[in-house]
Amino acid sequence: MLDINDMTISYGDNRVIEHFNLSVKPGEIVSLVGESGSGKTTVVRAIMGLLPGNGKIESGAVIYDGRDLSKLSDKEMKTLRGSEISMIFQDCGAMLNPIRRIGSQFQEYLRIHDKKLSKDEARKKAESMFTLMSLPDSSRIMRSYPFQLSGGQRQRIGIAMAMSFAPKLLLADEPTSALDVTIQAQIVRQILMMRDMYHSSVIMVTHNLGVAAYVSDKILVMKNGSVVESGTRDEILKHPKMDYTKKLIEAIPVMDGEIYV
Amino acid sequence: MTLKKFINRILQMLLVLLGISFLTFMLTYLAPGDPATAMFSAAGVTPKPEQLEAVRVSMGLDKPFFVQYMTWLTNCLHGDFGTSFSNKNLVLNQIMGRLGATVKLSFLSMGIMLIISIPLGVISAVKENKWCDNLIRVLNFMGISMPGFWLGLLLQYVFAINLKLLPVASQGMGLNKMILPSSTLAVAMTSKYTRQVRAAVLDELSMDYVVGAKARGLSNAQILFLHVLPNAMLPLITLLGISFGSLLGGTAVVEMIFSYPGLGELGIRAVRGRDYPLIQGFVLWIALIYMVINLIVDISYSLFDPRVREKRQS
Repeated sequence: MLDINDMTISYGDNRVIEHFNLSVKPGEIVSLVGESGSGKTTVVRAIMGLLPGNGKIESGAVIYDGRDLSKLSDKEMKTLRGSEISMIFQDCGAMLNPIRRIGSQFQEYLRIHDKKLSKDEARKKAESMFTLMSLPDSSRIMRSYPFQLSGGQRQRIGIAMAMSFAPKLLLADEPTSALDVTIQAQIVRQILMMRDMYHSSVIMVTHNLGVAAYVSDKILVMKNGSVVESGTRDEILKHPKMDYTKKLIEAIPVMDGEIYV
Repeated sequence: MTLKKFINRILQMLLVLLGISFLTFMLTYLAPGDPATAMFSAAGVTPKPEQLEAVRVSMGLDKPFFVQYMTWLTNCLHGDFGTSFSNKNLVLNQIMGRLGATVKLSFLSMGIMLIISIPLGVISAVKENKWCDNLIRVLNFMGISMPGFWLGLLLQYVFAINLKLLPVASQGMGLNKMILPSSTLAVAMTSKYTRQVRAAVLDELSMDYVVGAKARGLSNAQILFLHVLPNAMLPLITLLGISFGSLLGGTAVVEMIFSYPGLGELGIRAVRGRDYPLIQGFVLWIALIYMVINLIVDISYSLFDPRVREKRQS
């Protein structure tokens, strides 16, 4: 459902991603792993058409549902963003307007993609999404401002919003990196649950190979803007070919001989 | 704002006012020239020495400085700011009579300023470093560099004398009489605010929530008008308060040029005529109004920004 062919991304004259290839099947979870600056986030931002500043896809194609996303107009992209393709971030709370209530922003988002939805229906839908994400006291959360909530709550809100329209593709940019370990595990499980529920494909960016090992069907290891190695979860974890991958695997904490998330 | 902080602020204000009252009184006391003489010369009379002495005693000028200050201060607290030397009217009445005119002029010029500077600032920010941004920045530079007394005269020359569209001088408060003075005041402010709006909008545009809103499928226009613009207005509230305060005391030159019957013109006349009670009352009132406006701005800030509100409550 998503095929990235030979994509090159540049900021001005500076090429940050070169000859990137990726293929995602429906319902599949693909992880991009690698150190900071390896270009993982740039890839998902490019899929969304959200490259900052003068960043642009120089060559290659991002084929989604038979259409090349890199050739779509901003208007066409806008209707896909948040409905068919949605995104969660390292801190979803920071991606909301700090001086507007969460409820009003959630309702605004729902009504942009579903013009027929009344305010009241939007509120009900938002609250039901919160309940689904096991966020208790949803009406209080609707009245809260982002800064009043904890990191875990903010991530759950982000996921709840992102899954509202049962997206075909969920882009998750370091969704657990800012959380402590117990919350990380909960959030990862909730992403998995949502995937099972809505059959969304997921592209997950993480520098944590442990998280990738837990969730992924496929793993791409990236370094300096290109893919070092890619394969199924077991191929990468059990039979890594490249030294860089082996080093990353050695860095995963191990407990009782099992890789521990 | 909690009650305790509010009371604290009020106490601070009273302290500042006390300091200001002392300084104004002292400065007028130290100023060369004797109020009694000034009073006679304001009336156009050359007094005999014994007349002068009698007036000095009746005005309390023979008493020591602190006694004079305390008498004046107690009178002020009772609402008696004395009578003007030049026309024997109560200072308070004169100030109140002029206050409305200056407030009207200030509001009108701030209105003109906002109507122009918000769109220009937004365009400037959205088209950052494009030709229209550069053009707006050049215009701003020109606007800021033009002194009010010069611009006022220029506007009079063009619109009143050459084109005969508007009256040269006001002598009243009709809208057509206020257009030139308020435009004169608005030009420099507009330039300043266009820059502020531009900076505030650019600041907001660089925030993460803008990326978040885009990722949720909001259009650029929706992001700009529903999120960025309202947020960018927050820092402007404080500035507006300060500007309003400084306009009340700072319109003097423009009011003189257009002989607009406002506070500033009254103040300048008071200084020229050594009308000490009027000067003292004028300074004290401007200070009071300025501080009250700032207090209102501070309170309103917590109404608009939930983060400030939360911090104040905890």
